[in-house]
This record gives sequence, structure tokens and C-alpha cells, in this order.
Amino acid sequence: MSIRERLSGNEAAAIAMKQINPDVVAAFPITPSTEIPQYFSTFVSNGAVDTEFVAVESEHSAMSACIGAEAAGARAMTATSANGLSLMWEMIYIASSMRLPIVMSLVNRAVSGPLNIHNDHSDAYGARDAGWIMLFSENNQEAYDNLIMAHRIAEHKDVQLPLMVCQDGFITSHSIENIELIEDEKVKEFVGKYEPEHYLLNDKEPMAMGPLDVQPYLFEHKYQQANAMKNAKNVILEVSKDFEKMTGRKYSFFEEYKMEDAEIVVVCMNSTAGTTKFVVDTLRENGIKAGLLKIRMYRPFPAEEIAKALSKAKAVAILDKADSVSGAGGALFTDVTSGMYINGIKVPAVNYIYGIGGRDTTSYDIEGVYKDLQEIVKTGKTENPYRYFGVRREK
Amino acid sequence: MAYNVKEIVAEKPSRFMAGHRMCAGCGAPPVARMVLRALKPEDHAVVCAATGCMEVSTFMYPYTSWSDSFIHTAFECAGATLSGAEAAYKSMKKQGKLPEDKDTKFIAFGGDGGTYDIGLQSLSGAMERGHDMVYVCYDNGAYMNTGIQRSSATPRFADTTTSPAGSKVPGKMQPRKDLTEVIANHHIPYVAQSIATANFKDLYEKSEKAIYTKGAAFLNVLAPCPRGWGYPTEDLMQINKLAVDTCYWPLYEVENGKYKINYKPAKKLPIEEFLKPQRRFKHLFKPGNEWMIEEFQKELDERWEMLLKLEEATNIE
Amino acid sequence: MEKITPNTPAEKMTIAGNIYEAGNSLEFKTGDWRSQKPVFLSEKCKQCGLCFPVCPDDAIPVNKEQKREDFNYDYCKGCGVCAKVCPFGAIEMK
Repeated sequence: MSIRERLSGNEAAAIAMKQINPDVVAAFPITPSTEIPQYFSTFVSNGAVDTEFVAVESEHSAMSACIGAEAAGARAMTATSANGLSLMWEMIYIASSMRLPIVMSLVNRAVSGPLNIHNDHSDAYGARDAGWIMLFSENNQEAYDNLIMAHRIAEHKDVQLPLMVCQDGFITSHSIENIELIEDEKVKEFVGKYEPEHYLLNDKEPMAMGPLDVQPYLFEHKYQQANAMKNAKNVILEVSKDFEKMTGRKYSFFEEYKMEDAEIVVVCMNSTAGTTKFVVDTLRENGIKAGLLKIRMYRPFPAEEIAKALSKAKAVAILDKADSVSGAGGALFTDVTSGMYINGIKVPAVNYIYGIGGRDTTSYDIEGVYKDLQEIVKTGKTENPYRYFGVRREK
Repeated sequence: MAYNVKEIVAEKPSRFMAGHRMCAGCGAPPVARMVLRALKPEDHAVVCAATGCMEVSTFMYPYTSWSDSFIHTAFECAGATLSGAEAAYKSMKKQGKLPEDKDTKFIAFGGDGGTYDIGLQSLSGAMERGHDMVYVCYDNGAYMNTGIQRSSATPRFADTTTSPAGSKVPGKMQPRKDLTEVIANHHIPYVAQSIATANFKDLYEKSEKAIYTKGAAFLNVLAPCPRGWGYPTEDLMQINKLAVDTCYWPLYEVENGKYKINYKPAKKLPIEEFLKPQRRFKHLFKPGNEWMIEEFQKELDERWEMLLKLEEATNIE
Repeated sequence: MEKITPNTPAEKMTIAGNIYEAGNSLEFKTGDWRSQKPVFLSEKCKQCGLCFPVCPDDAIPVNKEQKREDFNYDYCKGCGVCAKVCPFGAIEMK
């Protein structure tokens, strides 16, 4: 029987880590993810885990230590947010190029500056080309479930890539909601043992990692990495299926909410999906065919599958909780629309930048988006696809 | 067992293999090789190198010169990377995931760039947390890998490509950071300063102590760079000798807080002897620049006096 | 581990640039860097042990009897450090 609990997103992540019982955790505090290493160190102090907790002096060192640990043959985990991830920048690329399946909780927060500790997705977006698998979570339950699935995905021999599980800072990380936990033994069995083929601590096969990789070789290593990311798609589906067998909770690349006959669709990630589901339900009560496509797997990006899922819509709004400051829209917008184009799906699409720096996103805001979509369907015109909502402007 | 270099070299095969691409006459490979020889032959090691000359020339895909396990990640994080590997070892050993009868030792190598400067935070963190590891700095007094730029280990007045000796500014104007003291003040079990002396006794014995002392240890080893310092490659060992005989590079160790100077020259040579053979100090010998040598000597004398006092003060029973 | 060369296809290369044959740089000969060559004059050598530890390239083999042998020119880069430390003139740079 699963265990019913009430936990914050950070507590849920820490408990997932406790059940996974990694060999090493190296982390540095930063709001709003601080609680994860805090909770976790109490598990260490009380002997609830076998983990060596390395209380490093910076996030750069947190990721470096995770790399050292994972390379040595250990399971290593960490947690961070915003500027912490920025400071890890150099090392997250090295982690993925060294093909080390480190698992990180990223509690999403605005990257400075100016300094702001609240939620948006600028931290995650910054890492989108870093070669990490990126899973997003609507609530504490998904943050927990994604972490339980993480190692099976990341460590798979066809993948061997690091993985980050994102959840929204404060909105999810600090809100206490109901959650169903899996029994410790079941988690242990599901996650399994980590048995890398090659590792530094194997004295029978001393090895070298992290070379100077000159012109005849780097391209091929990057090609291998790109293939591994493509392979991750199938592995994520397989692991999600196994997870469903254990828990009954179904996961895929994305969640389609009332999409069967949806004409106007919002695409978004993380906690905004919860608000959007509420709005969809309300609109549906009024006979409006609204739908939601909530992206779980942002990297690898399921371009083809998303395009297919959106093919029957009459208008789509893609919500970006961070601007790319490219002058042409947010990162998710670019990914979704290019996926649609390549797959021959010509549905009017608009982009909304929203919720920056923890700006509240209400059901009224989302209703406004659907209203705009109705207008597009009615007029057939998509003027200014690069839009904002929730920002104060002169009337 | 009394130290015998012939016996050590004959009995303990090199763990830093030939075929590396360090420059001819480089001062660093003999240092790294002797540090690793201090390992017990039956022990495995995980070596981590900061980005730098030694790293790029010993592990250029697909060739590694390290016969132990080796990892390089980036420039500023050898301390943190090796901390992680050591934590993994501790954890896995405790859980019975590694053979019980086999010991692994953790050794980091970094140049002065990766150690004194960009890697200082990571090193300080690793030392403070007390990981059972040795960090070895091979100090050649500038960023040699990128082409002889000044570092905080560069001695005062040295001519480098970012502190060129010009008509208005005669080289690097700041004194050299004393990293050995910085790390000694972390109050870790073992800190030492060494150099490749004629029979390598000092370096070998300190390496052995550093590797087999439980907890964090730090070795700072001067490793001359013929290109960067501007002396003929064959003069490596002569330069090393002058460095210790002038007290430019005192040989000492700090063991559980107690200082011990391992070599006190019977006749301390004037600093000119060390400076003169090196092109980077050529301008110090131009007429009118005598003050530079005087200041250099003064600073050195003060540091040496301080070291003598520290030795005295920490050995009062 | 299969030998990796600039012609090895991506599928056959080790991932991440890992190498599973520690110490394999022995396959990479650096002897052709040499512009000067040390010559060992064994009759002058007193086996004092000063030359071999200073060699940056591990090019002076020492046997089990703790005696140095002739140079390994596969790796010697000709720096001349050994000749300079020899007190007996047993190494000549040519």
C-alpha cells in the first residue's frame, strides 16, 4: 500500500532522495532549494541513509564533487536553483559530456539580476543546451515521481546522461499538498543498484576520464552524446511504463488534458499547468473546447509528438516563464513552433512571456489567454505572436 | 628504511609514464613521478589534475600517461572533483561496495594557476572539509600553459606577458602570495613545501607523509619552467638548488601545527644568484635598478625570519 | 580496448573520451622532439643515481640491480638535465 502524506515539494524531493539512498550528495544552499540538502543532512546525521554528504563551499564545487563521485562509481545527487545553477554552468556541460548520470533537483527560480528569489524558468532555460535530460513537474507528487524514475533513465546503458527534475520554487517547493509515497522497499527495488561498466575506483581497470579532446575526436564524442539524448526518449517511455505498473500513475513525454476535441490549447510547464487545468474545466462547463498540453520532458524535446498532439487545434498559446530576450519569443515557443513547422502542422500559434520573478499567475490571466485564442480562431489573424501577460504597462 | 633513490626507482615502477607531451626539460614531470612513487605499490590511486600544462600533455585522447585512475574536469575544481571521488570511496567502502583489502589514495595535481588563483576556493573547501587526499601544487610561478601570464605565485618584478617589464612598470609589482602559509592556516594535519633536490629525498619523504597521513594534506613544490623563466633547459637542478640556497623557496613542513624547516643553508646565498640566470629578471640587473634586487632580498629575508620564528614558536615544549 | 585513431568511427570510439588502458601514452613516442642527443658513456658511470630521477621523460631505465642502463631514445626529448647533473662526465650531449 502506498503511503498518504502531506509534504512540500522540497520535502518530497528530499524523501525521494532518502529512498534512493545515493552514495554521495554534494550541495550548497540557495533559496528556494535550500531545504532539500537541509532535510537530507538530517537523514545523514540520523543514519537513515548510507550517503556521504559533502557540504561544499559553492555550487561550482557541488557539481564538481558530483562529477568526481559519479566518475568514481557512485550515485551522486544534488539540488540547486537559479544562480546556483549559473555558477555550475561550466560543470553541467562537463557532467553531460563525461556521460555521468548525476541526478539534480532544480527548484526553479529567477536568475539574477536584479536579485529575485522567486519562481520563473530562466534557470532551467539557461541549461537547455547543456546536454541534461530535463523533466518538469506540476506539483510535489510529480517532483517525487520524476526523481524516483530519474536514475533508471539516466543510468541506462543507451543513455548515460545526467538528469534534472524541475519544480517551481515556492509555488511547489514550499506548498504543502497531499502526496502518495511509495514504500521504501519498492523504491529500492525499482531504482535498482548502480553498476557502471567503467569507474575510477575499479583498481582492476584503472581508467582515465576527461581528456584534452582535439580536432579528430571531439566531434565524434559530441555525436555520441547527441545520440544518447535521442535514445533517452524510448528509455523514458519504458521506465514510465514500469512506474505506472508499480503506482498506477501514468507518465509520458507530456500530459494531454482534455485534448481529444480541443480547439484552443495552452502549452506550458510546471505549476502553471495546475492553474490551467482549473481554467480548462471552467471553460468546458461553458461549452468552450479548451485543452492543455503540459510538457514533462523538455530535454530531449518531443518535437514530433507535440506537433502531432497539436495538429487538430485551431489556435495554440505557448507560455514561457522566462524570456529568451531574442526579440522573437521564448524558448518553449521556439521549440514548439519549429517542431510544428518541421512536421507540417500549420496551426496559428502565439507566445506569452509570463510570471517573471514570481509574478502571480492567476486563473484570470489564463482565461485571458484562452480568450485571445478564441479571437484568433474567430478572426483568423495572429497579430504580434510575441506577447506578455501580467506585466504592468501604460494604459 | 633509510631513503635510497636507486632502490626506490628500481623497486617501484613509474606511475607517470613516458610518452607525455610536457616540454623538454620541464620541471614538473620528475616531481609528479616521484610523488606517485611514494605510493605503496599495492595501493591504487585516483589522480585528479586541474586544467593546465600537466593535464593537457598527459591525457590527450587517446593516450594517458597515468597508470592509476585519472580524472580531469576543469581548471578551478581539482579540489572539489577529488573531494567527490574521495566521498564516493568512503561511502562505497562503508557499504561494502568495494573490496575490503584494497586501499585507494587520492592525489590532485594543479599548477599555480589552478591552485593559487582560480582553484583557490575549491582547494580551500576540500582542505577545510578534511577529505583524505593530497593536493600537490607544481608551482612554476605563472600561467605557463596559456603563455606565461602573471599569477599570484609570480615573484615580484618578474617579467611575464601580462606584467611585462616596461619603461614605466618594471614587471609584476606585487609580492608573491604565500599559499603554503594560507593552507597551513587551514589547520590540516600536514602541509609542506618542497622541491626536487639532488636525490629527491625531501620530496619523496614529504609525499609519503602527505599520502599516508589521514586527512587533508597539501604539498607545494616549486617546478621551474625553462620557457617561462628563461634559463637553459639543462639547468633545472641547478636552478632548484639556488632556490633553496638563497631561501627563495624554503623547504619546510607543518605537521599538526608544528613547523619544521628541513634545510637551513649553512651559507645563505644572495638572491642575485637565483635571479641572474633567469631571463624574467634580466631587467633587475640594469644600472639604476639595484633597488629592485634590494627590495627582493629584503622581502625574502623577512619571510625567512618569520619562518624561523614560526618554527621556534611552535616547538616550545 | 580497440586502438583509436583519427579514422575510428564515432560508434567505435570510447564514450566521453574515456581511456581504459592506463599508461598507454607509452605508445606515443616523443623521441623525435630531440635536437640534441645524450650519449651514455658507461665506462665513466659510477651509478651514483643522480641522473635518472631528474629525467622528465623517464628515458633512463633502471634495472632490478639498481643500475642505470642506456637511454631510451623512444622518449628522450634531449633536454640535457641528466648530462648537467652527472658529476663524472658519463653523459655527453651530441
